[in-house]
Amino acid sequence: MTPGSPTADSHPVHEAENPHLAKKKFLHDAAEHVRDTGHRAFVRKALGGYYTSRDTQKARYRDWEQARDAASLAKWSAVNRLDELLPQFVANFEANGGKVHWARTAEEARDIILGLLRAAKAKAVIKSKCMTSEEIHLNAAMEADGYGVVESDLGEFIQQLRGEPPYHFVFPCMHVRREEISDLFGKHLGTAPTDSPEELTMIARRHMRRLYVDADVGITGANFLVAETGQISITENEGNARLTAALPRMHISISGIEKVVANLDDLAVLLPMLATAGAGQPMTCYNTLYAGPRKPGECDGPEEMHLVLLDNQRTAILADPEQRDSLHCIRCGACLNVCPIFKNVGGFTYGTTYQGPIGSVITPHLRGLADWNHLSGASSLCGACTDACPVRIDIHHHLLHNRRNAAKTAPNRWEKLGHRLFAMVATRPWLFAAGGAAFRHTLWLMKKLRPPLLRDWLATRDLPAAPAASFRSQWRARS
Amino acid sequence: MSVSTSTAASARDTILGRIREALRMPAPLPHMKSHAAEESATAGPGGLTILPADVARPWLPDGGDTPEERLALLTENLGKLRAEVHRVADPAAAAALLAGIARDRGWRKVAWHGHPHVEPLAAAIGCEAHRVDGTAFDKNALEACDAGITACDAAVAQTGSILVSSGSCGGRALSILPHVHVVIMSLDQIVATLGDALDLMRSRYAGGLPSMLSFITGPSRTGDIERILVLGAHGPKELIVILVG
Repeated sequence: MTPGSPTADSHPVHEAENPHLAKKKFLHDAAEHVRDTGHRAFVRKALGGYYTSRDTQKARYRDWEQARDAASLAKWSAVNRLDELLPQFVANFEANGGKVHWARTAEEARDIILGLLRAAKAKAVIKSKCMTSEEIHLNAAMEADGYGVVESDLGEFIQQLRGEPPYHFVFPCMHVRREEISDLFGKHLGTAPTDSPEELTMIARRHMRRLYVDADVGITGANFLVAETGQISITENEGNARLTAALPRMHISISGIEKVVANLDDLAVLLPMLATAGAGQPMTCYNTLYAGPRKPGECDGPEEMHLVLLDNQRTAILADPEQRDSLHCIRCGACLNVCPIFKNVGGFTYGTTYQGPIGSVITPHLRGLADWNHLSGASSLCGACTDACPVRIDIHHHLLHNRRNAAKTAPNRWEKLGHRLFAMVATRPWLFAAGGAAFRHTLWLMKKLRPPLLRDWLATRDLPAAPAASFRSQWRARS
Repeated sequence: MSVSTSTAASARDTILGRIREALRMPAPLPHMKSHAAEESATAGPGGLTILPADVARPWLPDGGDTPEERLALLTENLGKLRAEVHRVADPAAAAALLAGIARDRGWRKVAWHGHPHVEPLAAAIGCEAHRVDGTAFDKNALEACDAGITACDAAVAQTGSILVSSGSCGGRALSILPHVHVVIMSLDQIVATLGDALDLMRSRYAGGLPSMLSFITGPSRTGDIERILVLGAHGPKELIVILVG
């Protein structure tokens, strides 16, 4: 165990243990969070600055909308040529001296990485932010095998100490107040309390520096895989990924197979757009391209570089032409930042690795439509996500596609019964007229009697006036 | 390895097989707001649509058309990113400037690498100097340095980014581990856009890419605590760019 690294209590606690209970848990947690107005206000405030800086940066583009066209076309052509570009990337990556490992499932990916750690006789592992590793629950597997692992990204480090998964896949601890972080650091690192975000950041900085130097394996994610050159591209602000890939003697990177882009020109579009859409920056602080381990003549860098390419149901999304574009996602998080549902129910309620609108689209594919379709219902279909997406994924329509697909595979009996009853009434004019009359009279009666059951509700609202005659009789009287 | 060679080969074959099978059904083009993208899209390999790189450039943030514009943009962007920018006439002035900075901040030890831009400065700095590429790399010695002085491969006016490589800028750690990163560059290293910088790398390293290329856009930063910007998360707290010429 690395000194100061969290203990095994850091197992994700927010995931439904039984996937069949995911919907029940979602409804329960959503109701809880919506009631917590303090939490909602805090999340809204944290996102407030983002909207301003995003708009400032968008205005620097000579044409943001056409730049979105270019970005979406870059990802479209890469995903639709994956059969050609992925082997091209792999050949170039290996020519650069890296080693590629293929994983069909999360379990295979974990086994590969544990195998690499064993072969390297790893003692201390440092890790930079990597959502794919959250997806495969890598930390828990490593801890179970006795490897100490430290998350170096500040937000991920805080979440690791808290024993929680990320709240937002770009801003992992945006829900945590500075006082809580101060207490957390006091408890785990023995530091004095402070309410300064700067001082808290420096505590983590000081704590982490020895760990980078002492770690023998560094684990990172990957934002893009460049087929033309065989480089992997990593985007980050803090410099922790740079350190993770510079100092340990082995570098392991984990990436979904869909992260391929054709060439460096595509990065010239995607890198600034990722920063602007996701965090309101002109560019993320460090955008780094790695071509294998240390080259002859270079003074430092790892001796080995491994890349784990993960399928884990991505090919199932690829096989669905209608929703294939959800693989264009560059994980900028813009759709979460603008989503009214996310802002009100919070990141943990989703119970998924990828929260928010894009998570609601892809999770049913990654983990089963039957258990995760309820996420597609958690949308007002306002389309803010689709408007915010820098690569033009048709997010809110995909939520509708998921609802349709779920209705096909597992029809809701009560909904079906309701529709059948309505069809029965609507196709019989006399029954329809009788129903309408009954409803008009009920409305009139309710206004008169104000039944006790409705009294609270009616205290601040008026029932609409019951029309004197039905639409059909008015239509007849018109001529 | 717990995964045998045959399993590994079959994982690759299964995944590539699934990809080929999945792509037999074509997907519709993305909805595009403008016709410009669609019109300028050309048929690429396999009859699929690709947007030529130069088509997208006029839509992205401006990189400046003349050397003067590019210099002005770079300086402005670096300022907004809270980097420190100095412009001096010649290497001697750069050395004097840096020696002054080192004195003012009380640097005791700086790290540098062998490069024609860097060497005259390192010699004049007047405190203990640790050269990273001369002897065996010592990460503990580097960690103890107050500043790292490097050259760069290019600077991007469009975004205020400094491009460094492991091949020509003293490896991977020199520009990220010390608390301050000092970049020495000449004016002719400024390019307009990220695309131009990447083009330059493509031609400069045609014979073999360095193992790391990094666009550095300002000092290290984080907004992880209540989304409040703090400089110096894990990388350098300060980025000092000295433009010579």
